[in-house]
Amino acid sequence: MKATSPRKPEPLPGGSEWSTESIDRYNAEIARVAAHYRLDTYPVQVEIITAEQMMDAYASVGMPVNYHHWSFGKHFLATEKGYKRGQMGLAYEIVINSNPCIAYLMEENTLPMQGLVIAHAAYGHNSFFKGNYLFRTWTNADAIIDYLVFARHYISQCEERYGEEEVELLLDSCHALMNLGVDRYKRPPKLSLAKEKLRQQERAEYLQSQVNDLWRTLPAHDVKAGTREEARFPPEPEENLLYFIEKNAPLLEAWQREVVRIVRKIAQYFFPQRQTQVMNEGWATFWHYTLLNHLYDEGLLADSFMLEFLQSHTNVVYQPPYNSRWYNGINPYALGFAMWQDIRRICQQPDDEDRRWFPEIAGSDWLETFDFAMRNFKDESFIAQYLSPKVMRDFRMFAILDDDREDKLKVSAIHDDAGFRRVRDILSDQYNLGAREPNVQVWNVDLRGDRSLTLRHTPYRRRPLATSAEEVMRHVARLWGFTVRMESIDEAGQATLMHEIRNEKRRYPATA
Amino acid sequence: MVRIIDRRFDSKNKSAVNRQRFMRRFKQQIRKAVSEAIQGRSIRDLENGEQVSIPARDLSEPSLHHGKGGIWEQVFTGNDQFSSGDLINRPLGGGAGGSGKGKASNEGEHEDDFVFQLSREEFLELFFEDLELPRLVRKELAKITDYKTQRAGFTSDGVPANINIIRSMRGALGRRLALGSPYAGKLRELQRQLDELAARGDEESDEAHALRQEIGVLRAKIERIPFIDSFDLRYNNRIKVPRPTTQAVMFCLMDVSGSMDEERKSTGKRFFMLLYLFLTRSYEHIDVVFIRHHTVAKEVDEDEFFHSRESGGTVVSSALVMMRDILRERYANGQWNIYGAQASDGDNWDNDSPVCGRLLSNEILPWCQYFAYIEITAGEPQNLWREYAKIGGEHDNFAMQRIESPADIYPVFRELFKKTIT
Repeated sequence: MKATSPRKPEPLPGGSEWSTESIDRYNAEIARVAAHYRLDTYPVQVEIITAEQMMDAYASVGMPVNYHHWSFGKHFLATEKGYKRGQMGLAYEIVINSNPCIAYLMEENTLPMQGLVIAHAAYGHNSFFKGNYLFRTWTNADAIIDYLVFARHYISQCEERYGEEEVELLLDSCHALMNLGVDRYKRPPKLSLAKEKLRQQERAEYLQSQVNDLWRTLPAHDVKAGTREEARFPPEPEENLLYFIEKNAPLLEAWQREVVRIVRKIAQYFFPQRQTQVMNEGWATFWHYTLLNHLYDEGLLADSFMLEFLQSHTNVVYQPPYNSRWYNGINPYALGFAMWQDIRRICQQPDDEDRRWFPEIAGSDWLETFDFAMRNFKDESFIAQYLSPKVMRDFRMFAILDDDREDKLKVSAIHDDAGFRRVRDILSDQYNLGAREPNVQVWNVDLRGDRSLTLRHTPYRRRPLATSAEEVMRHVARLWGFTVRMESIDEAGQATLMHEIRNEKRRYPATA
Repeated sequence: MVRIIDRRFDSKNKSAVNRQRFMRRFKQQIRKAVSEAIQGRSIRDLENGEQVSIPARDLSEPSLHHGKGGIWEQVFTGNDQFSSGDLINRPLGGGAGGSGKGKASNEGEHEDDFVFQLSREEFLELFFEDLELPRLVRKELAKITDYKTQRAGFTSDGVPANINIIRSMRGALGRRLALGSPYAGKLRELQRQLDELAARGDEESDEAHALRQEIGVLRAKIERIPFIDSFDLRYNNRIKVPRPTTQAVMFCLMDVSGSMDEERKSTGKRFFMLLYLFLTRSYEHIDVVFIRHHTVAKEVDEDEFFHSRESGGTVVSSALVMMRDILRERYANGQWNIYGAQASDGDNWDNDSPVCGRLLSNEILPWCQYFAYIEITAGEPQNLWREYAKIGGEHDNFAMQRIESPADIYPVFRELFKKTIT
């Protein structure tokens, strides 16, 4: 088929040395094929960086700019150590969900690797960022870089004005609550730099006046005190701790609120990535595989290129079995890739089982099905919807039930007809954020008393909080400024006090 | 549509700030790790960076996540033996097998140490932090006392001894040419006319006579131009530039008598090496003089100093006398910062100790930036210690410390060289 191709294509450059021109040519060809498969992407910006810069980017959570914090330094040291000892290859790509989409290529990659990264990141991830509903809702690709620049400036200004120490303590506390700093259900307004700057001042002043309402409620003595059940504040439990603190912590200065907000915004930005790992990585892996194979079939790629590419590819999608020493949970690349491949198969060559399980998509146009699936799901729902018996069989999946009240572990389902649905449900649940992360919400603020803040942990299947909760509560106390408590609701609905950090902080020392 | 940007050359070391923040935050732990590392290993390694490990829990970033317990139901891959409803024993220690404790519950709770590499510079910074050579500041303020002269071109006045003949003569030649050239041109012209007349044969004509006279006048004028003028003289210019004293000499004195066993010697050695390392931070050039003694002192090279074995009695003053002599002989010109370090087990011949005290106090300390004495002994202070203790009060550039084991060196070192508030 290669020989009979209508136009005589000029093969892409071979060898392992890359040059700007060769990268440009690869990109052009990959873009052409991506368009052929109707991938809708942001414009691509390819940046060549050194290994050190890659580690920099790694350390600051993959963003090209970020504020300074010791924890990023710690991550850098850890990465550097691993890299220098050769224990760890660097991820060969980092891609930034921005418009234009920035894909980093590391200078020491070989040409085939660069081609792979371009296909994977610049077209795979890129189209996912642009299409998936979570990213469309939660992130604003046009503004993220600007926002990070704003955040970095703001925080370094704060450091100058209030001291590095002060800002660092604040950031520590915010980071501890980072994964509780997201709105899981509420839809956010879009960010834009201009608006953000404009509103920042107003917000600071406005908020400060708002917060004082907490104080103002003090003198309102209720005549029938004690007979009436006290109104709770907030009236509804609040899941976004950082948001609640930003808006309501009595003692925070305006700049501290802004810093809390910055951390919250960044946490929110990464929120979709945490929920679409399998889908997103699988999608990108599927597309680099498909795009490069397409180019090979056109006769553009040399065999040597394909060998190197396939070697990397198979390493990435390897899933070790449970009893292997390499086993570290399910490899999202492997699962995602297998699922997308399987959806394509179901569309193109469905068998009876597929028709039974997926009547809507069996035999449908695979590109349309792909587009729909990519746009409208996250890991949890994607698995619940599309994980097919074939993939479960191929992975030889089985589910283990570990109940700490039982002596033994139980195999609750395996990859057989009786177990497919059960396995799929359990796996889907594993990616459910509600199951993965503890459910902790703001329950009450004692407005009339000591202004203490009470959080409530509602355990999911009796899973307790890890021991670091105590430490986290200290951070909450630092932010809140008064006593904070953590309660846990047991199965009977009774609240028990888990942690209490007493804090009688006053802005001005009381006269003794 | 695609933009390719080569970023390799910009913003290098972007994480440097974060790294510094990290170092600052965990200074206590890092410092502790460094001081442990110093105690445990050979001093020569100090020239390299250091691997520092900090207990991971000290620098964990806490977050709320699930702990162990409750119900976990998880999917695993690679089923090779199980069917639905099988009951399995709980694997011990959460091994790779069908453990229900997912990795999600374990994350962030690994108690492995966090290990990272300090660069040499960072390491030494930490090591020497708030250590400072005593009186160094004062010496630095006063150190512009030493000048050296260096050439700085030529000048038109100076002392006769500095006359630069070539330059002067070259100037004179130029001046003579310049002043003489109008006459010389005319002279050539007249001479040509004269030659013409001579060729025609009327050499004796009036015309020729007049020409000869004129030539004579011109010749006299040219000759009146002085061969050399005071104006031509050039002198070598030498200027004085202040020279910071960047050299130091370090005297290592060690007792190698029978009572100093190998272990004590090696303790002393570490002390000397630390001192040396510290001096290399402050001075460009350092001489080290090794003097070892039992009943007689001997100047030796480093290898012999540390490794050869001697035994016998102890006369400490012999070493001090030798140090004094070498001082006077080689380092007395005021360009050396002189440091002395003496290690001994303090066991001296009784009558000798007062001699040592006097020698040190009168003939050595006045020249020294600093003199440190360490007594390596586990027991009671010996007679030399008592004698030196008297001096201690009188000279602030003298310090003494007792060391019992190698592990004590580092604190003692800090004690000796801790910042002096002047």
